[in-house]
Amino acid sequence: MWEQISANRTRSAVLVIMMGAVLIILGYAVGIYFLDEPWGGVAVAAAVWIIMTLVAYFQGDSILLATAGAKKIEKKDHPRLFNIVEEMTIACGLPRMPDVYIIDDPALNAFAVGRDPSKSAVAITSGLLQKLNRDELQGVMAHEMAHVKNRDVLLMSMAAVLLGTIVIISYYASRMLFYSGGRGSRRSSDSGGGGAIIALIGLVFMILAPIFAQLIYFAISRRREYLADASAALFTRYPEGLASALEKLGASTNQIRGANQATAPMYTVNPFREEGRKAADLTSTHPPISERVKILRRMGHSASYQAYERAAEETSKKHVIPASALTGADSVPVRAPSAEGAVGEPDKFARTRETQNMLFGMANYRQLNCANCGTTLRLPPNFTAPAVRCPHCGTVNKTA
Amino acid sequence: MVGLLIALGIIVVLFLIFIGIYNALVGLRNQVKNAWAQIDVQLKRRYDLIPNLVETVKGYAKHEREVFENVTKARNLAQQVSSSAPHIRAQAEGELSAVLGRLLAVAEAYPDLKANQNFLALQEELASTENKISFSRQFYNDSVLTYNNKIQMFPSNIIAGMFGFTMSEFFELKVEAERVAPKVSFS
Repeated sequence: MWEQISANRTRSAVLVIMMGAVLIILGYAVGIYFLDEPWGGVAVAAAVWIIMTLVAYFQGDSILLATAGAKKIEKKDHPRLFNIVEEMTIACGLPRMPDVYIIDDPALNAFAVGRDPSKSAVAITSGLLQKLNRDELQGVMAHEMAHVKNRDVLLMSMAAVLLGTIVIISYYASRMLFYSGGRGSRRSSDSGGGGAIIALIGLVFMILAPIFAQLIYFAISRRREYLADASAALFTRYPEGLASALEKLGASTNQIRGANQATAPMYTVNPFREEGRKAADLTSTHPPISERVKILRRMGHSASYQAYERAAEETSKKHVIPASALTGADSVPVRAPSAEGAVGEPDKFARTRETQNMLFGMANYRQLNCANCGTTLRLPPNFTAPAVRCPHCGTVNKTA
Repeated sequence: MVGLLIALGIIVVLFLIFIGIYNALVGLRNQVKNAWAQIDVQLKRRYDLIPNLVETVKGYAKHEREVFENVTKARNLAQQVSSSAPHIRAQAEGELSAVLGRLLAVAEAYPDLKANQNFLALQEELASTENKISFSRQFYNDSVLTYNNKIQMFPSNIIAGMFGFTMSEFFELKVEAERVAPKVSFS
């Protein structure tokens, strides 16, 4: 059932190696230009890359969570979200439940981190948490945890580090050229016209390298998104959950804070889009949302990888699931939806209130229920008055 | 001399294949065991939640005596057969799911009960436990399928036969309603 990992890994490895080649050539070009010693440039590039890789490997998760402003939650903070993550851990057979983080942001998005499945985390914005019902939330969490399960996170962070290294080196190289007018080298005195041509090629490459790298990076990322969608459908046995969640995500116009070019592919939908425009089809790190929704909706009554592959072929004439993954059972029955608005499933007002209470709770606000009407009163952390009047019914409640 | 080396090489390769298949079988058998343990954990969790739920609902809906009795009976029966074979256990658990669905449907008629925080929390726990049961069943059945296939297919069937790997039983809930919608229906 999980053989797709190895096939996908080979394809992605080829792309990562291509990025590595871009880095080496870039280093070589920089070496020719500034150091008179091509391999010196490669050595510098490799050193930068190794340092960044080490940082990303050991600190990457916490850096990403910190820049996104994510806060870890416990079961008591949001039992439903916590339960859903637990359910998906069981469904995809992860060895350990990921930590659950909340990002206080009205934008709609979610992401997963964790270089290996036994140490991972999922994060979701408060905006998304408010908007989604149980089935949709399950779909989104399943998508994120599929990234963990398929080891996409490790691969994407390796690729992101390579991309980052390439961007940094070309940035500084081009600035040095600009400020020193290309006088970083004595090569004009000791070589002829051939050297000048090589230098020119090097210069062009320094400008193009980040663009190449970015394109390769997007290619890796898009391929992974389809597989995570297909896995989410299989784990939840309910493609419609993720489909309708994606629709809501696509209709949103908010940009998430704390995302950057390198971390973009880790989100459920591309966090970058022009302010005020729909995310729908402008994305490049992710396949167009409309296409992802169409594929999921076309799967019919089977939640298997085969059904997803067939639907993808009908929708966009593409093969998106590696053949080695198509070995499991073909007909995997889709489950019935859980009824929205039924007992136990909170409506959108209840979900909003629930999320707000949780956010205030995380900011150390105390909650007090009015003795008369039951309204929840939120007391700021530095609130010291002995009593507070309920704004709803006027009852004076003791705060101690 | 060359012939001897080739023969030796073939033996080494065969031995490595043998080790690989044997280890894969052991790995799959352990996965089936773990998946079964996971179902067990969730079913036990459900036994623990039921008395609380019954008590909470009783406080609001005194006249539904028959439903409470059925739930309690089904729970006790399921607990009794919890060490039996998967198909006997599945039968009892399927029945328990069905009567639990009825108990939660009762809540519809009592607005006070639906607004009770304790009841809502219990209901979330129960709904999630039902989901966890069906997801762990799903994972268990997938594991059993892979394991059984390995035992039956050539060439691993030879090694499975030599070391007494036996097929595992699927865990399928027998109640018809449960098969249509594996979740508790709240309406």
